[in-house]
Amino acid sequence: MSKTSHTKITMPSTEKKGQIIEIRAIAQHDMETGFRYGDDGKVIPRDIIHLFSCSYNGVEVFKADLYPGMGANPLIVFTTIATETGTLEFKWAGDNGYEAIDQSSITVS
Amino acid sequence: MNIRIQNPKSISTQRRNWLTASGLLGVYAWCHPFLAFAKKPEAMQAIEKIVGSNPINDGKVKLTIPPLIENGNLVALKVSVQSPMTATDYVAAIYVIAEGNPLPNIFSAYLSARSGTATISTRVRLADSQRVWAIAQMSDGSFWRDHADTMVTLSACTEMP
Repeated sequence: MSKTSHTKITMPSTEKKGQIIEIRAIAQHDMETGFRYGDDGKVIPRDIIHLFSCSYNGVEVFKADLYPGMGANPLIVFTTIATETGTLEFKWAGDNGYEAIDQSSITVS
Repeated sequence: MNIRIQNPKSISTQRRNWLTASGLLGVYAWCHPFLAFAKKPEAMQAIEKIVGSNPINDGKVKLTIPPLIENGNLVALKVSVQSPMTATDYVAAIYVIAEGNPLPNIFSAYLSARSGTATISTRVRLADSQRVWAIAQMSDGSFWRDHADTMVTLSACTEMP
């Protein structure tokens, strides 16, 4: 797996203050479990994303530890409250120095 | 032909016995994967590691996975926890543990009062027909759980995706 990869965030761009918004975060990644054998009979080494976090204007609102039991291209759907206009930053960190960052902005009225 | 005329009662009894036996066999085959949990001790250890010596209550948590899965490589999983999600009473963490996977932990999510709802959907791998546990830790430190049983036709891990 390369050092970074394509990511996609789906969330509303505008929302009323205090409303709950649903965020869908997906990252392109094989999530190699470390339990599979290659054609040469050797175990394919583990290579997964093990941490996902989301911060809202610098304050962490969601974090998840991921294990090999997560499917390839991990999709995480979670919620947060729209408190103020600003930027949500999403971070993925994984084995072999993998790191991906994505941002999405929201206007709260 | 003669047998049917001479002794019709015996034949119908045999047929009934045969149907009962095959029926029971079918029920056994259906239940069998749920009876033989291969990696259960490891899963219990993983749960113990999360909760420590605290008691786990049943309820509040709702874990949704399809009861029959064709491909274990991508299984839609949803956990939702009943909670007012206020600053003093919210869900602090959600853990998902699979009994039949080589590594029981699937994910641990950490929430806060700013989450609004305690609902998480994702896609997971399941290695076998098994029981999956969802454990929620509340802000007051109490633990709640739910489980779901599922049948997996094509396993993750062993087969190539």
